[in-house]
Amino acid sequence: MNRYLPLSLFFLTLASCAWAQDDLSKLLDQEAPKTKNYAAATFKGTRIINSHSVETVKAKHMDFLIQHRFGPLNDMDNFFGLDIATLRLGFEFGITDRLMLGIGRTNVQKAVDIFGKYRLLRQAADGSPVSVTVFGSAVNKTIDEGVSVSFQNRLTYCSQLLIARKFSDDFSLQISPTFLYRNRPEAVGDTRALFAVGVGGRYKLSKRISINADYYWTARDGNAFKDRFGSAVTYHNALALGVDIETGGHVFQMHFTNAMGMNEKQFIGETTSSWGDGAVRYGFNISRTFSFDRRARSMDKPN
Amino acid sequence: MTALWGSAVATFAQNLYSTNNGETSFFSETPVENITAVNKTGQAILNTANGDLVVQMNIKQFDFPNKLMQEHFNENYMESDKYPKAVFKGKLNETVDFSKNGTFDVSATGDFTVHGVTKKRTIKGKLTVNQGKIDLVTDFDVALTDHNIEVPKIVFVKIAQVIKVKNKYSLAPYVAKK
Repeated sequence: MNRYLPLSLFFLTLASCAWAQDDLSKLLDQEAPKTKNYAAATFKGTRIINSHSVETVKAKHMDFLIQHRFGPLNDMDNFFGLDIATLRLGFEFGITDRLMLGIGRTNVQKAVDIFGKYRLLRQAADGSPVSVTVFGSAVNKTIDEGVSVSFQNRLTYCSQLLIARKFSDDFSLQISPTFLYRNRPEAVGDTRALFAVGVGGRYKLSKRISINADYYWTARDGNAFKDRFGSAVTYHNALALGVDIETGGHVFQMHFTNAMGMNEKQFIGETTSSWGDGAVRYGFNISRTFSFDRRARSMDKPN
Repeated sequence: MTALWGSAVATFAQNLYSTNNGETSFFSETPVENITAVNKTGQAILNTANGDLVVQMNIKQFDFPNKLMQEHFNENYMESDKYPKAVFKGKLNETVDFSKNGTFDVSATGDFTVHGVTKKRTIKGKLTVNQGKIDLVTDFDVALTDHNIEVPKIVFVKIAQVIKVKNKYSLAPYVAKK
């Protein structure tokens, strides 16, 4: 014991002198409250391109979404398809940071869609390796078809499990098992239930620009159908390639896709043009997010 | 030995005052748009024996009324995954009698690190001793260029080149977490 005492005293003196700012910093580190480090912004918006992404609108925020798809690029009579424009307007609300509800209307089939999306799991450095969001929607096709169709038969339901991982700051990938149920399929010979699997991803070229892609494979032979007048209908899988540019409150998504519809019923189930025929369309999504957080106003002045 | 070390910490700790819920807010003011955010989990520790002062916070804990801006702030400007903390490590320049209640104009000089860039700064503020508690209040400016924080040209949101920062830290005698 005696042998160690001088040594101990030496260390004690050293210790009290050596207490410096770095040690204070370490003390603070020990005291720091533990917070989960969730992966932020796996995707920039609530859509990859056509497909929903795992992202939801945050609480007290509203996303105003304007989507356009033009006619096929090989339609020269309509100036590369630009004379034909289809549109979806969406109002999408964050109820909590994990739950969002949205309503949209598209001029394709005069369809109104409502949907809900809930973040089941969030990817975290020290937690889940993936983010999982559940999606459910109902689409009401309101266009007059010249025959009487009951309200029930105008409806289509969609449910999806969106599973995504942000592999790095730049690269995110999503897989989206999908189940569509059409009470009255558009084409004769098509089944009410349709399974599909989507894959989508983004790669960031810079802080504000990324390239995106999404694709939906459908579990059916797309060649076997006829429309209600007896002509053959061929369905194709929807593929979209595009660029995301984000500028602060907006996300601009510009892309090419063979799908015309902008809800799951239409782009997954009813895409009739194909990349192979050159029937690709230019399209864009513009998202503008508004905050209804009351603090936004009260914090407006430095006090 | 351990006991001695422990007692060293204990003696030392008597002079320590700290907090884990200090408030730091910042304000970016331009004619077009004002942006503000607040961090309520700022940490500070002060050694009253020698005036050593450390303040640090997690950048990701800044709370914006607009979450999209918060995302941009973390992803594009502050690169919070790469540089998670803002830290000030310095020393009070004035000698304060911490045994008496009162308010003092003080300044602290030290290393101020934001976005991985460290600058020597002297920051002025007010220190209030009240019934064994120490309040620190300070306002200062941070120039984005000082810390290599780039604001790209094509942004719709306007961000001031100099950000006003306000701090309110209320320190109590330090008690080590068990």
